[in-house]
Amino acid sequence: MKTAPPSPLKWLRRNFFADLPSTLTSLVLGSVVLVLLAHAFEWAVLRAVFRPDIELCRALDHGGACWGVIAEKYRIILFGRYPYEAQWRPLLATLLLLSLLGLSSLPTCWKRWLPPLWLVGLTAILALMKGGMGGLETVDTDLWGGLPLTLLLTIAGIGGAFPLAVLIALGRHSSMRVIRTLLAWYVELVRGMPLIPVLFLASFLFPLLLPKGITFDVLVRVLVAIMLFAAAYLSEAIRGGIESIPAGQQEAGLALGLTSWQALRLIVLPQALRAVVPSVMNSAIGLFKETSLVTVIGLFDLTGALSLALAGDAQWRPFHLEGYLFIGALYWVGCFGLSRYSLWIERRLRTPA
Amino acid sequence: MEQGRPHVRPADPLSKARSPAAALAVQCGIVAILLVLLWLLFGVTTTNLHERGIQSGFDFLLQPAGFGIGEGVFAFDSGDAYWRAFAAGLANSLRVAIPGIALATLIGTLIGIGRLSANLLLRGLCAAYVETFRNIPLLLQLLVWYFLLTDLLPEPLAAWQPLPHTYLGKNGLAIPWLELPDFTINWPMPTEFGFSGGAMLTPEYLALLLGLCCYTAAYIAETVRSGIQSISAGQVLAASALGLSSRQTLWLIQIPQSVPLVAPPLTNQYLNLIKNSSLAVAIGYPDLVSISNTTINQTGRALECLTILVAIYLLLSLATSALIRRLGKP
Repeated sequence: MKTAPPSPLKWLRRNFFADLPSTLTSLVLGSVVLVLLAHAFEWAVLRAVFRPDIELCRALDHGGACWGVIAEKYRIILFGRYPYEAQWRPLLATLLLLSLLGLSSLPTCWKRWLPPLWLVGLTAILALMKGGMGGLETVDTDLWGGLPLTLLLTIAGIGGAFPLAVLIALGRHSSMRVIRTLLAWYVELVRGMPLIPVLFLASFLFPLLLPKGITFDVLVRVLVAIMLFAAAYLSEAIRGGIESIPAGQQEAGLALGLTSWQALRLIVLPQALRAVVPSVMNSAIGLFKETSLVTVIGLFDLTGALSLALAGDAQWRPFHLEGYLFIGALYWVGCFGLSRYSLWIERRLRTPA
Repeated sequence: MEQGRPHVRPADPLSKARSPAAALAVQCGIVAILLVLLWLLFGVTTTNLHERGIQSGFDFLLQPAGFGIGEGVFAFDSGDAYWRAFAAGLANSLRVAIPGIALATLIGTLIGIGRLSANLLLRGLCAAYVETFRNIPLLLQLLVWYFLLTDLLPEPLAAWQPLPHTYLGKNGLAIPWLELPDFTINWPMPTEFGFSGGAMLTPEYLALLLGLCCYTAAYIAETVRSGIQSISAGQVLAASALGLSSRQTLWLIQIPQSVPLVAPPLTNQYLNLIKNSSLAVAIGYPDLVSISNTTINQTGRALECLTILVAIYLLLSLATSALIRRLGKP
């Protein structure tokens, strides 16, 4: 049965003026919001300076936004210390990465060719960033920064953590007590720790643990640390998914003559992984935000690159807020987009095509 | 159609059908491999430390630290030992985490309930709050709070007075303070260089507190909202059949029943807040992590400092969960 849409007046009444408390709330909150919005609009648009003109920005005295700071510094904010003339390379790499992500987000593209495509794509992206072949100048990883670094850390982090997390989750159901106990310790240890000490560990301690002559790039060390960290959280989500599949399913598989490995791979895991899509997406969103912490150990990801762009420049230093708002908007779009996608894909997976 | 018994393969190494002796052997093997790896790691690390001239051991904890800590619960100066520095750092972490948990719970609960309001404007504003604070990295939020508190607030002499005898300026918030032994009130006064008297809250502390509160409150709001919404629809219908208004249903039926449902995920949020207080290092608040960072830089004893850090955070996590479980029991 379909009801006719309510008339606009009725809709207004029901949503804003249902009774006295509701009416009062609407009036008070409404006027506060209007005043704030008007001020924000005046600051951000009407009185704002959009040209990279330091004199005009100074004359504003913070009465309006100085978006000129973005126009002046966007190359450093987006690409960090990457050599200026070669910045088309990280730009191209970022676009490639984003189109790979876009392609992978569509369930119609979840085919056998997707993993090899990622392998090829990532190799191309890394080659493009690093250079040293085909006439491209070598750019060491300590010069990488900005948006491509944030994206690479997130994608490689979650991509590396996922298989590890599946193994940990399976291992925690192992019949062998030693494996179960060791993995449980690992997961609880990592989950009890903040990420920052783990990053310190990667930057201070990893080099001491390796034999002389073997060194790893700080980026690789940080990436490994992020993977190991994220895997502990992800494994808990995946374990929940595996436990949500009734044992009868695996037993039925065994009864049909599958080996326990086949039953796991063909019956339990596909259902379990489908069930954990929302929590995996949550972890991905969390990781995207947490990559900003690499700033603390001196990598220039999006957040670090902003400080790099503004902290050392006495002229533009006072306009940090505009810079923060700019990268805040980038992070927000990424996180909000991912969370909406998560809702969509969850619905899509629940209803069989 | 093909007839016959399905082909039964022998159990693979992962399955449970294995002799206990073999399982025991495999497990012993794993432990042995781990021990050998640890032993190798230990050997390599000691050689490395030796070659770089870094001493190891926990004896440094008794040596004087040589750096001061600007603020804290108890006084600390550069002559005090490292172990006291760690204690001061832990106290500073708790000084921000405990009020942070209380405030975040308050704000988060209000916003979570607000998201279920019948009023679209209130509902929308609460949703906007959650989506804004949840989708921006906490580090960035802290940097913004810190910038607002240090760069955009007025100089001490022109400080704002949000309440009588309370001053908010570039160098922090000064509030009247009760001097305990003689029960006199110490009133703060603005001077050219800062505030004298009263109790001082530094911009670093305020930024961390505000940032942690607002961020965690967004998550708590979602926890509270889903807790309330998970009360079965039948209960709501029953309430309305009894003649309760929707507001009464919310406060008398839905919220009281959701408390036990919300408690466990709330504990997780509290643990997250405690862990997130480590972001203090980014804005220069001397919490546990930033103290151990300084200590590592001075002594080079990364292994020891990180071990202490891990141990303290694990203990904090365990203590918090235990405390909340205790409080949750009638």
